[in-house]
This record gives sequence, C-alpha cells and structure tokens, in this order.
Amino acid sequence: MRGNSCSLLTAGQDEEHEYGLQDYASATPRWCPGCGDHGILTGVQRVLEAEQLPPEQTVFVSGIGCASRLPHYVKTYGFHGIHGRALPVATGIKLHRPELNVFVVMGDGDCCSIGAGHWIHAIRYNIDMVVLLLDNEIYGLTKNQTSPTTPQGFPSNTQPRGSYLPPLNPLVTTLGVSNASFVAQTADWAPAHVFEVIRAAYRHPGFAFVRILQRCPQYTTAIFDSAVRDPSLVEMLVHENGVIVPELQGIYKNQRRHDPSNLDQARRLAEDVEPVRLGIFYRNEDRPRYEETRHVPPHSVEDRLRLLNKEFDRHAL
Amino acid sequence: MTETPSTSAPDGGAAGVAPPEPRLIKLSEHTIEIVSDPGEGAQKCGQIFGQVSARMGNGVWTVEIIPAEIQPPARSPAGGSGNRIRIGSGPVTNWGDQAGLVVAFNEQVLLGRHRLDALSDDAIILLDSLWSRHDDERIREEWQKGMKELAGRSYRLIEVPIEEACLEIVDTPRRGKNMFVLGMLACLYQRDVALIMDLIAQSFRKKSPDVVKINHDLLDLGYRWANDNLDFRFDVPATKPEGPMLVTNGNQAVALGAIAAGMDLCAMYPITPATSVSHYLSDIFEEFGGMVHQAEDEIAAAGVAIGASYAGKVAFTVTSGPGLALKTEFLGLAVMGEIPLVVVDVQRGGPSTGLPTKVEQSDLLAALFGQPGDAPRVVIAPATIDECFHLMITARRIAETFRCVVIVLSDANLASGVQPYPRPEVDPRWMAGPIDQSPVAQGARPFDWDPDTGLSHRIIPGQPGGMHTLTGLAHDESSEIAYDPDAHERGCAMRSRKLAVIQKALRPPALHGDPDGDLLVVGWGSTKGAIEEAVDRARAEGYRVSSTNITFLSPLQPGLKEIFGRFNRVMTVEINYSDAPDAPYITPENRRMGQLAWLLRANTLVDVDCWTRVPGQPLRPGRIHEVIRNVLLKGRTA
Ligand SMILES: Cc1ncc(C[n+]2csc(CCOP(=O)(O)OP(=O)(O)O)c2C)c(N)n1
Ligand code: SF4
Ligand SMILES: [Mg+2]
Repeated sequence: MRGNSCSLLTAGQDEEHEYGLQDYASATPRWCPGCGDHGILTGVQRVLEAEQLPPEQTVFVSGIGCASRLPHYVKTYGFHGIHGRALPVATGIKLHRPELNVFVVMGDGDCCSIGAGHWIHAIRYNIDMVVLLLDNEIYGLTKNQTSPTTPQGFPSNTQPRGSYLPPLNPLVTTLGVSNASFVAQTADWAPAHVFEVIRAAYRHPGFAFVRILQRCPQYTTAIFDSAVRDPSLVEMLVHENGVIVPELQGIYKNQRRHDPSNLDQARRLAEDVEPVRLGIFYRNEDRPRYEETRHVPPHSVEDRLRLLNKEFDRHAL
Repeated sequence: MTETPSTSAPDGGAAGVAPPEPRLIKLSEHTIEIVSDPGEGAQKCGQIFGQVSARMGNGVWTVEIIPAEIQPPARSPAGGSGNRIRIGSGPVTNWGDQAGLVVAFNEQVLLGRHRLDALSDDAIILLDSLWSRHDDERIREEWQKGMKELAGRSYRLIEVPIEEACLEIVDTPRRGKNMFVLGMLACLYQRDVALIMDLIAQSFRKKSPDVVKINHDLLDLGYRWANDNLDFRFDVPATKPEGPMLVTNGNQAVALGAIAAGMDLCAMYPITPATSVSHYLSDIFEEFGGMVHQAEDEIAAAGVAIGASYAGKVAFTVTSGPGLALKTEFLGLAVMGEIPLVVVDVQRGGPSTGLPTKVEQSDLLAALFGQPGDAPRVVIAPATIDECFHLMITARRIAETFRCVVIVLSDANLASGVQPYPRPEVDPRWMAGPIDQSPVAQGARPFDWDPDTGLSHRIIPGQPGGMHTLTGLAHDESSEIAYDPDAHERGCAMRSRKLAVIQKALRPPALHGDPDGDLLVVGWGSTKGAIEEAVDRARAEGYRVSSTNITFLSPLQPGLKEIFGRFNRVMTVEINYSDAPDAPYITPENRRMGQLAWLLRANTLVDVDCWTRVPGQPLRPGRIHEVIRNVLLKGRTA
C-alpha cells in the first residue's frame, strides 16, 4: 500500500503534530509471554509511526485467532470479524473508501484454511492493502490443532501421530495466483526485518502479502527453534528493489541477490523450505487494481434523483 | 375437437370470400398463455403483449413459464418456455386460475401445461399445424398420442399454420414465429398495433433496421391471418389509470428501490431467482455512482457489503435460500457489531438446491431465527411489485437508524412477475445522507446504548477521535471485549430492544373485508393478491371471511391478537410445507405448521390453523376460495 495523500485530507490533524509510538498503542496485549505476535505488533506500530499514518484514517481488519487479536492493540480503527473472513470485509472497506489505509491480519488457519477461497480471490483483485499472515503453523487460539501449514509429521491434538500431509506453502500459493503483485516473508525474531518488510508492503500500491514466521512458544517452539538459534539456516534475499537491512548483515551471513521483478525465480526460491528465506520475493507495481478499475465517482443526491426519474421514464406506461 | 379453419392460407380473405363476422366475447378479465420451446421467443411475445395491454389501461399480471433446464430437448412437455399474462378491466393482483386462451408452438409444450392443469375446460388453443403432418413419422405419432390425451377435456383446438406462414418472410421461423403469434393476439384482443410496433422497435433497438422491419412484417402477417381466419374476438375493456404508471418486474423494482434508497453497493453471487436484480443494476448502477460487486461466493458478498457499510457506505446483498444459509455467520456479526445491512432474499423452493426457479415462502423462519445465538433482526416482505420498490427504501432507513440487519423476503413469483404500479415521486429524503466524518465528541463511545431504546450513534472510520475496534465478541459500550455475565446480558437486551422500538412505530395490518367474521385468512408476501381475490369471491357468496397480509414479520405488526379475537377461526395460507392434519402419524401434537402459522401461534397464543402448499407455483385464487369454503362449511381445509 503506497504512502498516499490521505493525511492531507484528514480533518482535525494538526499539521504540527507528529505521531509517536504511544499514539498507536491501545490495550495491553494478552498474548502468551514470548509469543511472536508481540514483536510483530511492535513492528507494525513502528511502521505506522515511520509513515505517520493518521490513526483515524487507518483500519486494521482481522479474522479470529490469536493473531487476529492484533487490531485491539493498535489505536486505529479496527474490525475484528469472523474466522477466515477478514479479506472480504477489507475489500468492502477499501472499495468504497480508497483513502483509508487498510491492514489485514490473519492467522494460518484464518488465511490458508477456512478463508483460503477469499485469499485466492483477494490476490487476484490486487486491492491496495497490507496483508499480514501471522504463521505459527498451528491453531493457537483453539489450542493446538494441525493447520494447513503445519510441517508433515508434527504432532498436534487433532493429529497426535503427526500431521499427515505435506504443508501448504503460502508463498508458492500466492505467487501462483494471477495478478499477484507483492509477496514477502519475514520472521518475528528479526524485528528490524519485520519493520522493513511491512514498510515496503505499505508502500506497495496493491495487495501486499507478507508471511511472517511467528513463534508460538505454547505449541510450536520445536518448529522454529533451530532457525531462531542458528542464523546460518536463514537466507536473506537482498536487492536494491527489495529490502536491505544493514544491521542484520552481521548476523545473517547468507545473502542472496534476488531481483523481486523476477517472478520465475521468485517461485523457485519460494519452493524451498530450507534455507528459510526472508525478504521480498516478488514485487510488481503495474498490476491492475480492482478498486481503481471499479472506481465510480460519487454522485449528488440531486443527480441520482434526476437520473432515477430518467430511468423511470424507460419503464413508464 | 381439432378444427382447422377452412381458409388456412394466410391470405384466405383475398380469395374474395368475406371473412365471417367474428363473435365478440366480452370479459372483465382473461388469462392467456404462450408456450414454445426455449429460444423460440414466446417470452418476448408475452412481455410485449403484457406491456401493450398495460399501456392501454388494462390491469396486467405477467408470469414467466420457465423450463427447469437451460437446454431441455425440443418438443418436451417439461421444457416449455413462455409467459402467462392475465389482463383485466381493473387491477390484476395475481396470476389467476386457468388460462382461457393458449398459443402453443408445439403439442408437447402444450401437454406440459395441460398436465399442470393450467388450462380451463373451455380454453381455446391455437396450435401450430406443422406437427400433425410432419415428415417425421415419430413426430406424427407423438402428435396423435398427445391429441388423445387432450381429448378428455373440452378444449377448442384450432390448428394454425404458424411456421408455414412465417416461411414466406424468413428462412428460420424459429426466430420469427413469436411475432406472428403476437400479431394474432393483437387482432384477437384488439391491441394498439402502432404501439406494438413501437415496442418491437425498442426491443430490437440494438439490431439493424432490417430486423425491425422483418419483425413488423411478421406481426402484420399474424394479424391478417387471425383477422381472416378466426371467428372470435375478446373484449376486455380498459380503464385508464389516474396517474402515471410504471411497469417492471419485482427484481427490477428491488433494483430501482436500492437506487432510490441511495445505496452504493450491491454485493452478490449469482443465484436464481435473485440474479436478475444484479443484471439490471450492473447495467445502470454506475451511472448513479453505485456498483455491483460479484464476489467469489455468498459469504464474501456479505463480507464485502458489511465492510462497505462499516466504512459508511450503504450496501446490500441479494441472494436466495442457499446463499442466505451461507451468509448466516456474517449476518450474526452484523447484528453483534450493529452494522447496518440490507439483505434481499428472493425465495425459491428448498431445502438444498430445491426448486431453483420456482416460488416458495420457506425462508421465513430462517430469516427470523436461522442463526446460532440470539440475533434479532428485522424481516419484511413485499406483497406486490410496488412494495418491492418501496420496502427497499424502508429497509435502508431502518437498517441505518437502528444499526441493524434488515432482511427483505421477496420470492420467485414477484421476481419475474410484471405489473403496472403508480410511478413513485422521487424524494430526496429516501437517500442516505453523506458519511459523517466530523470529530467524535470527547467521551463518546461506539455503543453508547440509550438504556431504554438500545439505540446508539455509530462511529465511522475517518472520524477523528473515534478509534475503536469493532468486534463480534461480546463487548461493552466501548467495544471492549467483555466476558462478565452482566455485559453480555446488557448487549443482548440492547440489540433486542431495538425491535420493540421499531414495533412501536408500526400499525396493525389492514383488513381486507369486514373487521370481524367467521374466518380470517392471514398471509404474507406475494400471496396477497390471490388471497384477496379468493376472499372477494367467497364474500360475494355470502361467507363471512376477511383477510390480512403481514408486511413486518420481525418485529410483528402490533394488534394481531386483538384482531384474531374478532374471528371465529384464524388460518394462514402460505407457499411452504405443513403436515396435512389427517396424514398418517400426524396429530395436533406433532403436526408441523406453516411458517407464519408457527410464528403467529407463538406470538399470540391463538390456535391459528394453516393451509399451505409447495407446488412450485403461485397459489391460485380458485384453490384458496375452495379451501375457504371447505373450512366454513365442513370445518376443515379439504
Ligand atoms: C466458523 C468458525 N470455525 C471455527 C472457529 C474456531 N477457531 C477460532 S480461531 C481458530 C483457528 C486459529 O488458528 P489460526 O488462524 O492459525 O490463528 P492463531 O490462533 O494460530 O493465531 C479456530 C478453528 C471459529 N471461531 N469460527
Ligand atoms: S497460543 Fe501461541 S500464538 Fe497464541 S498467544 Fe500463545 S504463544 Fe501466541
Ligand atoms: Mg496459527
């Protein structure tokens, strides 16, 4: 989502006023201690601050799950809806109020299971919004059930002898849908990277999909532990058209130059589970956007009534 | 019973023999059916005939005859496509009983109508003569068998060389017979031919002038054929309506109502018989600053409408039974978050895929209660095409004023039924105001419920100082998640209270007939016209029967118990399923009632009976009349 001119349109924003981090803080988060969602929240708030987004012009839309609690903790407008259905709501908001900054927050069950149909179509609509998939590879809120992204063999309460199937790869899926325009991956334990990627997503004009690997110390410590402990298992995708986070270069020595305009390569890189690749896989600002294609200038009441009378004439006896 | 006019040549009159002076049959109303194989244009013929009749001042009700499949085989009894048009000297409020004149393009589609008992005993049938002497022996045999089947009735069957005549003008009569037939009807009913020619030109305005000319010629040919060969004419005198009138079907009226209500978005997923609302809107809505969004499914359609409404725009979603089922969870969210939303359900036969193109009134209880948790919402049902328009405006008003979900229950009968109605005078008060973007007063909360009414002022994204997170979780006035017992109790009470407040503004339903008597027939939705006609017939015979139609199903209109108390018996008539009281195993204890009957019994504690049917067709006034007589004479419906 591009830095747009909406702040200029904002009624009541004092020009001198600069928003600080505290302006975006709401209730105290209720996630478990050590949950990756805490860090992601901070990253999001830092982007809001860096981009100086007026809180009243910003809406966070979510589904249901631990991840989907995030809107309650950001002091903007929020819509904490129903499980799996954040994207249609966000679509309705952005279609009619394109000046609003829309962020969507979903869990992996939300996005990749119950809401998968909406996800595929939202990619195709390519409506200008930031879409964060907080992927802990498990159902957290409902206490440890297998999700579509759970690694094969990983036990849960519903598949105690291990997940039966190879996991769905959200990056590959998104990159496979026609009209995909921005696909990135980051990890909660690399906060500087989270910030840069979400900021790039915000600045992208279109549907900016960010999968965030998210630790769930309750249920999936074992999944992420090795990558958290051993930076050599991670590969950073770097490019002047992607993101470069200098302060992380010392820690993450594996760096790969990847031009995010290269869709074929993006798809190949997204296929691999190892190494864990972080960065922008794909970015294309020229994809058509549904809300632009469908833009209808508003009409005055007088206009509508005049036209309605004309329409009546067509059906008049 | 088959008769072939002696002069079957289209120019029969030209032989020098003056055509016989036709007999003029005066009628106060008449029902005509035109049936063909799909694609032969009987529907267009019927529509134009209906339109010209309406313009000449006749009361008109038009119903489509729709085959169940997209491409049924040619010449199949279940594949008939066309129109039933009932015209009258006064207003016509329903499709009537049986047709008095039928034009059939082949004997098989005619048999389809015959088997549905759609023709009166003395019906006149105009049937294409092509098939009786067809080259294909199988077809001739089918014809013979068909004629035997029809012979049990005293129809008057006249063979007409429809296709043969058309071949004089066109190579493929498949696309021309309908205009020939229209010409015949124009002659038989003395319609205004110049007006018909105008309507034809309009309907082919996107085609070349040649096409219009050919159709005009076919019309003329049919007219002359009837004039020269048929020995009867019908006279259904017209009375010009007082004010200006519109003619649309119910789905067009819903679409026009949405525009008049100032709506910005129609979010939908295609489903019969609701889709044509969106077809029409897709054509014109953008001119009005609105848009149709075809979502990936009905759930998404509800979500997009809710998102738009949350963001301050006026949105509705339109669907039918299966789609309503899918929207359920989102409707619960709209109730919980008090997000204004209008849902139009154009009912069809159910459950499941049911009867996709046919009328039923089976979604009433689903609309009221089809929802886990307590989710009070407003349910209203238009009874006429006129009301399809006006109730959209009412629905939008209520949804926004009371921050609630309003379900408008139309049905397949209204959807494609065509009727003239008074042209509405446009009014700026119909429209929604601009989106409030003013700063929110210090301390104002998103659910500042008035403790008496449950009403609160909604805060819309963009309003400075109003930031909060709307949630479908139980919440308090600040929209904070609240699990304490009192908070949820209060939230439920506030959302429920709004319905009681709405009810305060309603009037008791009007009575058709005397204010007291032996029997009150209660209906809802599109059965109104047929019920009232049946009541009128019974009253003319001296029966003490009245009827009423309930527009507001939730909250129910006030005063029902008092009204019911003035009648010895109260009975609903509905197009939904109920157990027959004398069926095996059925007792008063386990009998499942019609949906309105169930609702009325629960609300009034009056022993309301019901007579309901699910034939996949509108109810006939004659059948209801019979039921009324049975109840009053024998004490039971059958
Ligand atoms: C229609 C529906 N089905 C099921 C649920 C129960 N439910 C709530 S959250 C959830 C899954 C949460 O997993 P995820 O989306 O990965 O989010 P997380 O809690 O892991 O952040 C489920 C199944 C629900 N709320 N609604
Ligand atoms: S269960 Fe897991 S995802 Fe949910 S809050 Fe706890 S740690 Fe976070
Ligand atoms: Mg999860």
